[in-house]
Amino acid sequence: MRATHFCSSCGKVQPPVPSDFFTFFGFPRKLELDTGALEKEFYALSRRLHPDLFAQANPEERAWSLEQSSRLNDAYRILKDPIKRTEYLLRLEGVELEEQSKQATEKARATGEVKKQAVPPDLLEEVFELNMHLEELRMQKKLGEDDPALFEEIGKAKLSLDEKYDALFNELKAQWKKWDAAVDSGTEEERAQILNRMLDVLNRRNYIRNLVRDVNEALEE
Amino acid sequence: MASDHIVGIDLGTTNSLVAYMEGETPAVIPGEDGLNLVPSVVALDGENQVIVGNAARKYLIETPERAVYSVKRLMGRGVEDIQEELNLFPFRLADDLQPGEVLRIKIGERSYTPPEISALILRQLKWNAERFFGGPVKKAVITVPAYFNDAQRQATKDAGRIAGLDVLRLVNEPTAASLAYGLDKKKNGVVAVYDLGGGTFDISILRLHDGIFEVIATNGDTHLGGDDIDNLLITIALDDIRGDLGLDVRRNGEAVALIRKAVIEAKIALSSQPSANLDVELPGGKHYRREISREMFEQLIQPIVERTVGPCKQALKDAKLKPAQIDEVVLVGGSTRIPKVRQLVENLFARVPHTDLNPDEVVALGAAVQANILGGGSEATKEMLLLDVTPLSLGIEVAGGVTDKIILRNSTIPASATQYYTTQVDGQKNVAIHVLQGERELARDCRSLARFDLKGVPPMPAGMPRIEVKFLIDANGILHVSAREQRSGKEAEIEVQPSYGLTDEQVEHMLLESFDYAEEDFRQRQVIEARREAETILAALAKGKKNPAWHELTNGDQRKIETLEEALIAVKEGNDYQQIRGAIDALNQGTMRLAELMMDSAVSTALKGKAMDQTDLEEGPAAGHPVAKAEFE
Repeated sequence: MRATHFCSSCGKVQPPVPSDFFTFFGFPRKLELDTGALEKEFYALSRRLHPDLFAQANPEERAWSLEQSSRLNDAYRILKDPIKRTEYLLRLEGVELEEQSKQATEKARATGEVKKQAVPPDLLEEVFELNMHLEELRMQKKLGEDDPALFEEIGKAKLSLDEKYDALFNELKAQWKKWDAAVDSGTEEERAQILNRMLDVLNRRNYIRNLVRDVNEALEE
Repeated sequence: MASDHIVGIDLGTTNSLVAYMEGETPAVIPGEDGLNLVPSVVALDGENQVIVGNAARKYLIETPERAVYSVKRLMGRGVEDIQEELNLFPFRLADDLQPGEVLRIKIGERSYTPPEISALILRQLKWNAERFFGGPVKKAVITVPAYFNDAQRQATKDAGRIAGLDVLRLVNEPTAASLAYGLDKKKNGVVAVYDLGGGTFDISILRLHDGIFEVIATNGDTHLGGDDIDNLLITIALDDIRGDLGLDVRRNGEAVALIRKAVIEAKIALSSQPSANLDVELPGGKHYRREISREMFEQLIQPIVERTVGPCKQALKDAKLKPAQIDEVVLVGGSTRIPKVRQLVENLFARVPHTDLNPDEVVALGAAVQANILGGGSEATKEMLLLDVTPLSLGIEVAGGVTDKIILRNSTIPASATQYYTTQVDGQKNVAIHVLQGERELARDCRSLARFDLKGVPPMPAGMPRIEVKFLIDANGILHVSAREQRSGKEAEIEVQPSYGLTDEQVEHMLLESFDYAEEDFRQRQVIEARREAETILAALAKGKKNPAWHELTNGDQRKIETLEEALIAVKEGNDYQQIRGAIDALNQGTMRLAELMMDSAVSTALKGKAMDQTDLEEGPAAGHPVAKAEFE
């Protein structure tokens, strides 16, 4: 579809046509993406769309170039990042992940409560233990005490979380493969299932990320 | 065509320069005084005539209340942001400043906004370029610190407009420097540009890729530079003077200006010498004398220099790079001449930095390269393209005074984000949006850019309207906002209240010269300058006629000169500057023999020992031959 960015006879920039970021680059809505090809395409399109090339053009062309190149940069920024790319696809497919979390955040802000996130069931035990340790650590810090054993416990827990975090990314990549296959030959139902699984992986991943951030903060405090 | 010249301008805190592409190489355009650097100093003389650059420097000492420097520090800032500046710099705020008004600085009895003062500097650079090209200059690329926020950028663009320049692009200074460096290198790799100037610090990390200059991360401090070192040394000197000499000269503008001049000279000397002497004559005839060793100087400036480390580390972190992954480091800005600074950069990146280009000129040269690219490019620049980033995250204030970031820092620009808004009450017609810039969580800790009032929302039950607001950061790093109510498709009207900037009407009102008259203004200025030059040469000739050398000329030669003299007098009051210039050139040619004869007689006088000092300073045979020199002594 990238042909629509330029006039087919004179090659000049054209007004933007509403499209998603995959279409902008002329890619199918698939998640396993050749980032080398993406980068190459990004540079090639930059060389034709960037406002620097239109500094002396008429106001209309200047405006189109500004809009097209901002869209190019936005699309590149999202697509080159594996997580942002997945989230973007989910949203395109009607899965409202950000809206939900945003609503939850704003609701929490309005009521002044700390936003509660559901603990993924398989992590329950580990998180419970970690929180106990963190609480203990904060208490000790208040009292000016220092317990190397506790540090070690927390360090071990953090390591385990880091491993889970990496494993989730691999799981996500496995889902990409399934999604890409389903785009070509899957049923509506199969695709919905994959989307849900990806959402679940992302949520768990976010949960662990926040947890790790808490741990780091507690250790630094 | 002459009117198509696009110049590159480095509008610096301490010095400003204008450059252009001479064929395939960028070159700085000198001023009338033959110097490349135009000090960013603006003064009013006794008749309230504006004086800019080198000529204005003497006013800093003679009439400090009629001169300003380092005004770049005030660009796009509010009164509450500049309290520190007011303590350290002799800025005097206008007495009639109203709350919420763009600040104004007093020069003599007049007051100017920072963009207007910058415009006076830009106008001088524009004139220098026009004299050089022999035609009007209307378009320019102006550089700004990479870490400048939206308000500071907008203020710079306004300054250009006030000076009668169409600012085609604002380019980040370190990026511009990389263009100047990359021009002949054409290498691929990762480059870090460390730019410590008079008042600002930037670090930018770029990936060079077949002519594409892609900025990956940038960071900095728009209030950190050589000025801070000067102010530190001034403070120490003032304390010394109070302690040792029992004098309090802190409120004495002239004394402070003299101390400032002396510490700057010492600072510069210490980059090449192990020690420097301060000697300042204070009012009342007492002298302040002090020796500063390089070691002491380095200890003193350590905390200032260290402040560049944090931004460098953050930029590396944002670029997801280790110092070892940086292929080359480039130094930019006058303050990078300080050996201590070089040492710090070397340690930080474990690499000897590049210094092949003059750190004072490299930004202007890069601006000229970018100007050339915007003008359609040339053989040297046709493959070059700059992809820069926004230095600060853009956010909007949401419930609870929290900043919701919608465009993250280091996003390639142009960049955009779309947000949706609705109404809280039935029939609500306006929606207010507060736009912020910065990295902090809370809105009050970020920089307020503007408050937008979306007007003319069609009356609907609460929550029904769906207003799409598009935020777009252009290639200059400047924000544009547009809005549309989606259900009615109606373009919503946006009323912008810039938190720290001038409105379009104000800028319009300040224009130093109208675009339409640029050609005419240029012509008139040329006539005035040509006339001034004609008068100078006529006066010189009158003096020459009284010189014994005149009588060494033949009668025929004398007659020829007098004919040329009469010709110049005849055209001098006319309005054709080219005719005046022609007559000046003819007279110059015609009097060459006379000038030679006068020079010979001056030299023979000098050899008789009457102008020893001058002879001594000359780099001629005298300096190279101790024996010959000994004869004079």
